Amino acid sequence: MDDLLSEFLTETNENLSVLDVELVRLEQNPNNPELLSNIFRLVHTIKGTCGFLGLPRLEKVAHASENVLGKFRDGELTINPEAVSLILQALDTIKSLLAVLEATEAEPPGDDLPLIERLNLCAEGKLGASAPAAPAPVAAPPPAAPAVAAAESRPATLDELEALWNSIPGPNDPPPAPAVPASTAVVARAPEPVEEPAPSQDLVVPDAEPVAAKMPAPVAPAASGGNSGGADAGAEAATKESAVAAQTIRVNVDLLENLMTMVSELVLTRNQLLQILRSQKESEFAAPLQRLNHVTSELQEGVMKTRMQPIGNAWAKLPRLVRDLAHELNKKIDLQMLGADTELDRQVLELIKDPLTHMVRNSADHGLEIPAERVKAGKTETGRITLNAYHEGGHIIIEIQDDGKGLAIDRIKQKAIQNGMASEGELASMTDQQIIQFIMKPGFSTAAKVTNVSGRGVGMDVVKTNIEKIGGTIEIKSAQGKGSTFVIKIPLTLAIVSALIVECAGERFAIPQISVVELVRAASDSEHTIERLKGTPVLRLRNRLLPLVSLQQLLRLDDSEDAKKPADETFIVVTQVGTYTFGIMVDRVFDTEEIVVKPVAPILRHIEMFSGNTILGDGSVIMILDPNGIASATGEMAMGEAAGKETTAVQTQRQEDKMALLLFRAGEGAPKAVPLSLVARLEDVDLATVEMSNGLPVVQYRGKLMPLVPIDPNFVVASEGRQPVLVFADGDRSMGLIVDEIVDIVEEKLNVQLAAERPGLMGSAIIAGKATEVIDAGFFLTQAYKDWFGSSAQEGFEEEKLQRVLLVDDSPFFRNLLTPLLSVAGYDVTAVENAGDALALCEAGEDFDVIVSDIEMPGMSGFDFAEAVRHGSRWQRIPMVALSSHASARDLDRGRIAGFNDYVAKFDRDALLFALQQTLTDQKGAA
Amino acid sequence: MSNAKLPSTVRKSKGDDIVVSGNQDYVTMTIADQMFGIPVLQVQDVLGHQRITRIPLAPPEVAGSLNLRGRIVTAIDVRLRLGLTGRPKDKPGMSIVVDLRGELYSLMVDSVGEVLSLTKEDFERNPATLDPRWREVSTGIYRLNGQLMVVLDVPRLLNFTTIETA
Repeated sequence: MDDLLSEFLTETNENLSVLDVELVRLEQNPNNPELLSNIFRLVHTIKGTCGFLGLPRLEKVAHASENVLGKFRDGELTINPEAVSLILQALDTIKSLLAVLEATEAEPPGDDLPLIERLNLCAEGKLGASAPAAPAPVAAPPPAAPAVAAAESRPATLDELEALWNSIPGPNDPPPAPAVPASTAVVARAPEPVEEPAPSQDLVVPDAEPVAAKMPAPVAPAASGGNSGGADAGAEAATKESAVAAQTIRVNVDLLENLMTMVSELVLTRNQLLQILRSQKESEFAAPLQRLNHVTSELQEGVMKTRMQPIGNAWAKLPRLVRDLAHELNKKIDLQMLGADTELDRQVLELIKDPLTHMVRNSADHGLEIPAERVKAGKTETGRITLNAYHEGGHIIIEIQDDGKGLAIDRIKQKAIQNGMASEGELASMTDQQIIQFIMKPGFSTAAKVTNVSGRGVGMDVVKTNIEKIGGTIEIKSAQGKGSTFVIKIPLTLAIVSALIVECAGERFAIPQISVVELVRAASDSEHTIERLKGTPVLRLRNRLLPLVSLQQLLRLDDSEDAKKPADETFIVVTQVGTYTFGIMVDRVFDTEEIVVKPVAPILRHIEMFSGNTILGDGSVIMILDPNGIASATGEMAMGEAAGKETTAVQTQRQEDKMALLLFRAGEGAPKAVPLSLVARLEDVDLATVEMSNGLPVVQYRGKLMPLVPIDPNFVVASEGRQPVLVFADGDRSMGLIVDEIVDIVEEKLNVQLAAERPGLMGSAIIAGKATEVIDAGFFLTQAYKDWFGSSAQEGFEEEKLQRVLLVDDSPFFRNLLTPLLSVAGYDVTAVENAGDALALCEAGEDFDVIVSDIEMPGMSGFDFAEAVRHGSRWQRIPMVALSSHASARDLDRGRIAGFNDYVAKFDRDALLFALQQTLTDQKGAA
Repeated sequence: MSNAKLPSTVRKSKGDDIVVSGNQDYVTMTIADQMFGIPVLQVQDVLGHQRITRIPLAPPEVAGSLNLRGRIVTAIDVRLRLGLTGRPKDKPGMSIVVDLRGELYSLMVDSVGEVLSLTKEDFERNPATLDPRWREVSTGIYRLNGQLMVVLDVPRLLNFTTIETA
């Protein structure tokens, strides 16, 4: 049954029960306005919901009743037993309508005019004390009407109902059919031929529910004569209430949560008791404790069940979705759902609903081929999508499988290059499995065109994030031409998880078992030892290098108190997050424990290392580590503890994306930084080998002379010792920038806040929480070779004339960054700071071979600029490359539409150069 | 403490109807020899010394978390919150548990005193010259016999977004 409908039934039945009681109370104290308004409100609610659900017949009855009640409330009518009976009667009608609704999921056809008429009369005050007179105009129930006035409400209404129903046709008649014979029969007997007797006959329950079976009432023997249901059945109908209402009760979720907490407490207490018991050999508590143990376990299970719902609930919308899709895409799709009754936690269910829908949609749209293609491939016309859910261990596995064409590896590769996620060389060395992972990256969509269905670039990455958020994993298998399978593994419940308890620097932490792959003990006497690469710990595990994360450093724990641990023994918790495997170094490992995850206090929510906290069996509070948080923190954070994360909050300016920066010290003042992408190598130069040439220090490097340039012009090169040098290279030329110390490599949002006056300095920015000077690499390059930019261009591109590039970017930093970069690559660069200036150049008759433009710019945006260029300007045939920090597929498509030939993520120098080259070649080919 | 509690409960039944009397009950506490007060209705529990689990990476004012009858309570070092030095290690201290939007917080103070019922006449706004950090978390001052009591505003005391800027 439809969720909404069943909820409506439950709720309305509840309300009706309340109404029954309240109305009787109202009859006893007619002057209680509170009671009356409550009744009014309930009836009003019923009316409203009926209207909302499109149940006109119910709505009309409720509306008429509400009218009467409204008059009561406004004091226009006095409350008398007759009127109350009438309302009760209306309620009973509603109940019987609901019964039909419950059985057939549809409102029976017809209406309840006689009843409504009487209600309306009552509302007009005509029913008042002269009850017997009132029913006169009513067709169907005249014999029963006097009884209303006489008898007490309940039986009277029963009679009424019977009278109302007695014209019902045989219960086995199909609902739409009965109108004709039945109504003729009744009309023949009805005193007023004008009246439509059809109303009452429509309470048809097709599956022979006894509601229809009536006492052989005087009015319509023809209709119900053959029925043997008898009086019992009629009574049963009234007392049966509703099967839905009787079987379920509505409980506030808070109450359940509370219950859950209490049970968790009970479990913990039991664990404590059992622990005590274990230490005592003979105890008279043993037997009762055993019993307590069992009862508690069962109770826990029971309470857990109250939160469980079949996964079918999340699937309910899929058949319809797939049907519509099949229609829209002209495909034939067969959706199979297995294990729909597999239960999982409500909370988890809510969270996977959308990802699942999305993936099924994907399978239907991208996965399955159109029938013609399928036939060509030797498959049946109808594509199949199979959903399969089952339990495995403490997890639920959901498989989404299609027998379509499988993931197109080539397309993914192509797209990955296009989006600058990987170079061709990198892709060549990847396995198919690794390449498939790209579809989980943000902004990735292989759909050739954006359809109504999918391909908008918000896709698998969202799915992946959502699933990982609940501690799940997702795995993709694909076979070319055979189909693809997505396997989602999620925990059964978020409330109770199995966790490994570890200790680090005297503090204990819990790591969810789901992400723990294995445990490795590393000690000097074991086969595994921790090795270090420039301070970064790694572990050789089965011929692979496993990156390690020190929990102590990560959480900035100081082990002042617990320094007693043997320093040469470390345990490594091998953890897997998605496809990223890493080891967490801890001091000790305890056993696993079932823990109840509780959210951390709001003031601690920003710490992404923790997914929650819990209370252990011994009563102590423990933090639960979030492997996802650790992975993302260590992926971006350098190992040094100095790399604070505080700066992220400060920087909210637009268009800044993270880029890798090399931090170093040189000369006086703040630490300095240079974009890592500009640096070719880091070298350590023995100063004894430094020679002087042409007044400049040079060093023999790879068979050539490399000039060394100090950042500080007053720097005197020492005669011995070693000096770190940043090597900038282009072609076969290189230049060394002398620095004092290389500090770190950080991924940061680079936001140059103060422009610098000094040459060689681009400005200052906050990097790793400190004010840092960003150096202008171009300046130092020209210090080494005055003709650096010019000459390299000549060498590299001798045979053709210099390609002219127009660079449009509002940020001076990027203009300064990209100008030398592009110059080095052999382009003649003209940089302007906004689209207006660029268009002015166009007016002025300048010509370029390619235009590189930022998207987010004040005033005219990149898109507008492209459109302006493309529509009727002199430059309309010049290729354009968009440059943006937001390289999502949507932007990409927008860029295309606006007229950009390519789209490159900022900070990706290789991608930009590649794109430029590609665009220019294409252009030449086309010309 | 018990002798002080008695009148307060008596008064509560009166005060519950309408707060015309102007009398308010406060749980008093001492931090670095200064008396503070929290409206008694906001106080859930008073605890002695507790075992606290440290929370790495948390703001310094967050001393850790503790288990109070199955609920996890976040312990706040009020001394640090008020910009004072940390409590000496040898003094165990006490805690007052308060509820803020369904979450429990344990305010770690030096000691908890009696419950006082105070009249509006003795109440005064914060002096303009008060340390901004204190002014931020206090609603006003009561003039008592021989000393002053600072009324702590629990929601503001626990509003940690203001700490960073302070």
